[in-house]
Amino acid sequence: MIDGFLALYIFMLAAFTGHEIISRVPVILHTPLMSGSNFVHGIVLIGAMVALGEATTPTEQVIGFIGVFLGAGNAAGGYVVTERMLEMFKSSKKPGSNQDGAKP
Amino acid sequence: MNSAQIVSFLIQATYFVAAVLLIMGIKRMSSPVTARSGIQWAGVGVLVAVIATFFHHGGEHGLLIENAALIFIAIAISTAIAWYSGRRVAMTAMPQMVALYNGMGGGSAAAIGASALLGFAALANAPRFVPMQPHANTAQVVLAVVGALIGSISFTGSLIAFAKLQGWMDKTFRFTGQQLVNGLCFLAAVALGAMVVLHPQTQTIVLFFAAALLFGILMTLPIGGADMPVVISLYNAFTGLAVGFEGYVQGNIALIIAGIVVGAAGTLLTRLMAKAMNRSISNVLFSNFGAGGGAAQEITGSLKPIEADDAASLLYMAEKIIIVPGYGMAVAQAQHKIWELSQNLIKRDKDVKFAIHPVAGRMPGHMNVLLAEAGVPYDLIADMDDVNPEFPNCDVAIVIGANDVVNPVAKTDKSSPIYGMPILDVAKAKQVIVIKRGKGTGFAGIENALFYQDNCRMLYADGQEAATKLIAGLKAVDGGGGH
Repeated sequence: MIDGFLALYIFMLAAFTGHEIISRVPVILHTPLMSGSNFVHGIVLIGAMVALGEATTPTEQVIGFIGVFLGAGNAAGGYVVTERMLEMFKSSKKPGSNQDGAKP
Repeated sequence: MNSAQIVSFLIQATYFVAAVLLIMGIKRMSSPVTARSGIQWAGVGVLVAVIATFFHHGGEHGLLIENAALIFIAIAISTAIAWYSGRRVAMTAMPQMVALYNGMGGGSAAAIGASALLGFAALANAPRFVPMQPHANTAQVVLAVVGALIGSISFTGSLIAFAKLQGWMDKTFRFTGQQLVNGLCFLAAVALGAMVVLHPQTQTIVLFFAAALLFGILMTLPIGGADMPVVISLYNAFTGLAVGFEGYVQGNIALIIAGIVVGAAGTLLTRLMAKAMNRSISNVLFSNFGAGGGAAQEITGSLKPIEADDAASLLYMAEKIIIVPGYGMAVAQAQHKIWELSQNLIKRDKDVKFAIHPVAGRMPGHMNVLLAEAGVPYDLIADMDDVNPEFPNCDVAIVIGANDVVNPVAKTDKSSPIYGMPILDVAKAKQVIVIKRGKGTGFAGIENALFYQDNCRMLYADGQEAATKLIAGLKAVDGGGGH
């Protein structure tokens, strides 16, 4: 078990980290970043796996199964969608693409 | 160390690496240059953590976690569906997909909370002599309840947001006394949560979840489509917090860190978005946006249609052109055609720019993503604050599928629901061409005074069709030669 104050410190440091990371982000990346952070909390999947792994009664198994199912959807879907968005940024990021693009 | 301890150590080490990868992943995603590798780093982080978790508590009853087959089946089915749908969905539908996947995460956190709470209830009600097991401390139970509450709200709320953006549901759903009903539902959820903390009982837990899930629905129903970006971002932060709290319940620091980082980042992102609309988050959630209010000011003038050929002539004679895309461009999938039109204009030595309102579309940066997809270079895309001073010098502003974000009543009409929202000063351009499918209003459901201005012409067409006709029109004027 995590000691109460240790947990508080972790909460505090993680909150500042999240705040710092986002505060200097250009507007163009807001959507991909929202999508990306959506993927990051897909790590909830491992918590759900543990919940299902420790389930003994059928009720707990059903709840755990739902948890794993939903968590995996969060992780997989979040990854694919974010990847697709960022993929497009790559192609238009080449230097001088303005001049190239101007001549169809 | 025996083998079980070694496995446990390796799992913890993997979780640590995963946490590092996730944080560095988000960090890299915050710059356009490294963004793509960022999601890949984070992806590796989650993948190794998932693989490691298959060995959680292994070693005593075998190498793998209990119920490993069930876990594998759940992951396989869900991943296949999510992967397939995420690959197939059009870029324009991204916002609702983010809402959907985010809601699933919230639901997963709520499920973790549910199984933890049921476990606590079983412990509390078990005969005294049974437990050799560790006792739950109060902080765990409280955070399990809070995480479950937030996760449940995020779950059903995001599903409603998904249904609304997908067009499966009426945009808004309101009745008198709605805020009272919502308030009571929330209080009921909190009160039931408190009862669960004091006396964990299966029935109370079930009622608590019912109230929490219902509140997520009720809370999202009255919120209109224009506010959905803020709401989705808020639920994203919610899910993060829920994951962090349930991580504490399970004693899993990787969950705590990833969840709280997202919670904090998401909260900040939500505030940035609300600020871009000049509204507070509570205003978004509780104001019944666009419902009644005072009588709107009378708009004088008339809508003046224009044919594509005439519009093309206007463009041909213009020097400085600013294109303002909105959600309508996304719906019409017109970004490629619009870029082709822009290239045709640039070829004829026009100064072309894209002006993006911070909340154009359904998510901040939604338009940037679509324009990037079409291949529009970054330096042609301008943010609101940079581009607004340029409108008075602009010969023609083309508004394609944007509505509320260019509506001057946001500055002039105090009774308007969008009053105070910063807008693009399209109205100040010498000539405005509005490409629009019909006469309908924007998401806020209000008339747009811009459309009635003397310098404004309406080109009624689907975005793609209009751009195609404009390109043809330009070619007709000069024979397609350009120089």
